[in-house]
Amino acid sequence: MNNKYMISFIAVFVLFFLAYLGTEALGLDVLFGVLIPYAALAVFIVGFVYKVMGWARSAVPFRIPTTCGQQENQLGFRQNTLDCPSTAGAVVLRMFLEIVTFRSLFRNTRMNFREGHKVSYNLEIFLWLFALIFHYAFLTVIVRHLRFFLEPVPKALQLLETVDSFMQIGLPVLYLSGAALLVAAVFLLLRRIFIGNVRYISLASDFFPLFLIGGIAFTGILMRYVTKVDIVSIKQLTMGLVTLHPTVPEGIGGLFYGHLFFVSILLAYFPFSKLMHLGGIFLSPTRNLPTDTRATRHVNPWNYPVETHTYEEYEDEFREKMVEAGLPVEIMPEEQPAEEAEADSPSEEKE
Amino acid sequence: MSDLPNREAFFSNIDHSIPTAKDWMDTLPVDIRKGIACYAGNPKSLEYVGLPNPRTWSCFDEDWQLPENWQQILHEGFKERLEKFRSFKVFMDICVRCGACADKCHFFIGTGDPKNMPVLRAELLRSVYRNDFTRVGKLLGKIGGARPMSLEVLREWWYYLFQCTECRRCSVFCPYGIDTAEITIMGRELLNLIGLNIDWIATPVANCYRTGNHLGIQPHAFKDMLEFFVEDIEDITGVNCMPQFQKKGADILFITPSGDVFADPGTYTCMGYLMLFQFLKEKYGLDITWSTYASEGGNFGFFTSHEMMKRLNAKMYAEAKRLGVKWILGGECGHMWRVINQYMDTMNGPADFLEVPVNPITGTRFENARSTKMVHITEFTADLIQHNKLDLDPSRNDHLKVTFHDSCNPSRGMGLFEEPRYVIRNVCNHFYDMPRNTIRESTFCCGSGAGLNAGEDMELRMAGGLPRANAVKTVHEQHGVNTLACICAIDRAALPPLMEYWVPGVEVTGVHEMVANALNLPGQNERETDLRGEELPQLEE
Ligand code: HEM
Ligand code: SF4
Ligand code: SF4
Repeated sequence: MNNKYMISFIAVFVLFFLAYLGTEALGLDVLFGVLIPYAALAVFIVGFVYKVMGWARSAVPFRIPTTCGQQENQLGFRQNTLDCPSTAGAVVLRMFLEIVTFRSLFRNTRMNFREGHKVSYNLEIFLWLFALIFHYAFLTVIVRHLRFFLEPVPKALQLLETVDSFMQIGLPVLYLSGAALLVAAVFLLLRRIFIGNVRYISLASDFFPLFLIGGIAFTGILMRYVTKVDIVSIKQLTMGLVTLHPTVPEGIGGLFYGHLFFVSILLAYFPFSKLMHLGGIFLSPTRNLPTDTRATRHVNPWNYPVETHTYEEYEDEFREKMVEAGLPVEIMPEEQPAEEAEADSPSEEKE
Repeated sequence: MSDLPNREAFFSNIDHSIPTAKDWMDTLPVDIRKGIACYAGNPKSLEYVGLPNPRTWSCFDEDWQLPENWQQILHEGFKERLEKFRSFKVFMDICVRCGACADKCHFFIGTGDPKNMPVLRAELLRSVYRNDFTRVGKLLGKIGGARPMSLEVLREWWYYLFQCTECRRCSVFCPYGIDTAEITIMGRELLNLIGLNIDWIATPVANCYRTGNHLGIQPHAFKDMLEFFVEDIEDITGVNCMPQFQKKGADILFITPSGDVFADPGTYTCMGYLMLFQFLKEKYGLDITWSTYASEGGNFGFFTSHEMMKRLNAKMYAEAKRLGVKWILGGECGHMWRVINQYMDTMNGPADFLEVPVNPITGTRFENARSTKMVHITEFTADLIQHNKLDLDPSRNDHLKVTFHDSCNPSRGMGLFEEPRYVIRNVCNHFYDMPRNTIRESTFCCGSGAGLNAGEDMELRMAGGLPRANAVKTVHEQHGVNTLACICAIDRAALPPLMEYWVPGVEVTGVHEMVANALNLPGQNERETDLRGEELPQLEE
């Protein structure tokens, strides 16, 4: 019935076999090992920059932060500088915590209708928790992969690997981040499939990156624990890529090319998808602006003059009545210019 | 309200189960229902302010008599707004559909209609955005979440954009701060381009443009109404609280929503202002003036378009300038304060003809308003109380067990939380906040904001107000709360029927009604009744 995740799942499956068969059967190692990764990276960089510049080109006419705490005041009430930041420093802190701790998501509650017609709102931290695990695992995996692109491998990276593998499961050691990424991706996926309202709002483009990232993690783990690919050749390939002297060593195997192809697809897909929230959050006007709108004037670059109903027009229409009621007027009726202002009235009065 | 089911049945019928059979895009056409939808804007009102494509039409008709090139108008309007508003563009692109906002909207909670989940409300526009403005969307079509604009889509937009009160609750919970209110604002602007508005917004806009206030009260009648309150106050307290109008050279211009001049229980809040100003005049020589030209704090232009908001708002500074006051004091109103706090200075400033607001009685300099030069009355009153400048007898409010409804706009568009609570605690002895997840930045809308407080959409209003009412019910049952205080004129109009329906026995009051009931006016008679003419409890014994 719901073909959205099936389509995404099948797409990811097909992509894998494309790369697997393309290299194993057709020997297109250069295509999948060099050309596509370069192209994907180019698309990623150009697309990303283009998208962000597109946002940046749009004006910010009004300062509209969402205020989530007590405002600045002169009355001694403690300002909530984090949720209602009125200075640049406090805005930076708010943004920083949004980005590294997903603070807004941490507020999440779940609404329930209870016995006796009561509505309750309980803390719901699982989305926050697994989103956080997902992102940090992803980050760790990316950083760990730098070992394939750097020679010699920096000390800091080796330290990270030690920490990441402290659980010492099996041989070679299990990296926590890889497993966590897979688990979190599966959680986010199951959430999309089984929670009614999340399923209802999900598009195919919400399932696709999850399958893709799940696929990346899965093929990665397979290479490490099951098929034991030839790390030395792979490093030869990746170093060739970064040094711009691409070489395609023999015997790397289709599984690796599948993995690399997934990553290439992710990179190329990124700028055209919701994954751009990575860049967008920095530009979100409800979060990245100070709440000092009454204290410091914000300038709208396209502010333009508008037609207003001036006091003079108003007095012209109501002068007699105003005078009769004893309200002050600018021009007394005797001195009034001859032409009587006849404004049509709007429709009947509203209650 | 007679055609609403009883509240038990209403509540039991809310169904949050999500349809599994169909994709949301396949649920068209929408059934535009009576009780949910509002009536179309009166063409005379649209004409008066020059809004495009005025005509007589009805959302319940098949034919909406759209201008021939309506699709082109919408497409171009969309494009223009993507360039003019970064918020719109970014919010179109970055939603991950995580669903964190889904059950945060009072309309989803109260109706169970999945398209009232903020994310889906936004997707109504986003789907068209993908089709019209992104290559991938155009290429992939429906599987990429894109769909072309059509009459059916337009009807869906109209129906759901007028089921959002622009309250911003969703934006608090979104990991990227995506504000569906902002998207609704853009959507309504687009609809306005082809003459699709509702009368409850369009006619107040036209009235406000002409007479200075939403109700179309002409200057002499406005003055009459305040004089009528003056008489009432004199009957109750023996003190004459006659205000000044359009006084040139006054220190302060006072602007409040006209709803308070017109309908109970807002009128009592208005009497509260008059009494407070009289007290301050008598004791400290406060020189404050009202204006019939700028006799509206509210701004239904905000629910129409940015341009209309600016056109109506312009009166505030224009009048302050003409009268030569030092700064402006604003009454209790919700969206009025969002406009003042986040838009006014940018739109109609700089207000360099005004001075940084200084409370002439306490000397407090309101640095937080130093550019816009407009102060909220609860900031002003809280300051007076802190400096012990008011003579208050809170025991006159002892019969009230009070809770406070944070209005959406002062909460999430300003951050005004402590000021009103401080004032309330100092003028009454029994105050109980509602549960934490339903107040302050997480406050629930009254269900009638953003122009939806019409009569014909009562079912929608009772549904949207349900989470608020339910939280009131909690403190009503726990602490015997019988008074719901608020600082918003729409609340004062919308909450009484909401309480009557969901939590009978709870009255609605403005904060300054309670201030006035506690305030001892110089030279007053022994107070026997409150402002509503009800006998004071300590006298009953
Ligand atoms: C900065 C603050 C960020 C927040 C608050 C955030 C939050 C989220 C959330 C809530 C999801 C949805 C999970 C789901 O339900 O499917 C998600 C997905 C995702 N995020 Fe982030 N994210 C952030 C930054 C980043 C960054 C820096 C990256 C860098 C790669 C990233 C990459 C992803 C990816 C790849 C997904 C895909 C999973 C999916 O499609 O659902 N995010 N993010
Ligand atoms: S919380 Fe934000 S990102 Fe998540 S579905 Fe809602 S609008 Fe989209
Ligand atoms: S702004 Fe308020 S009414 Fe509109 S979608 Fe968000 S929560 Fe619902």
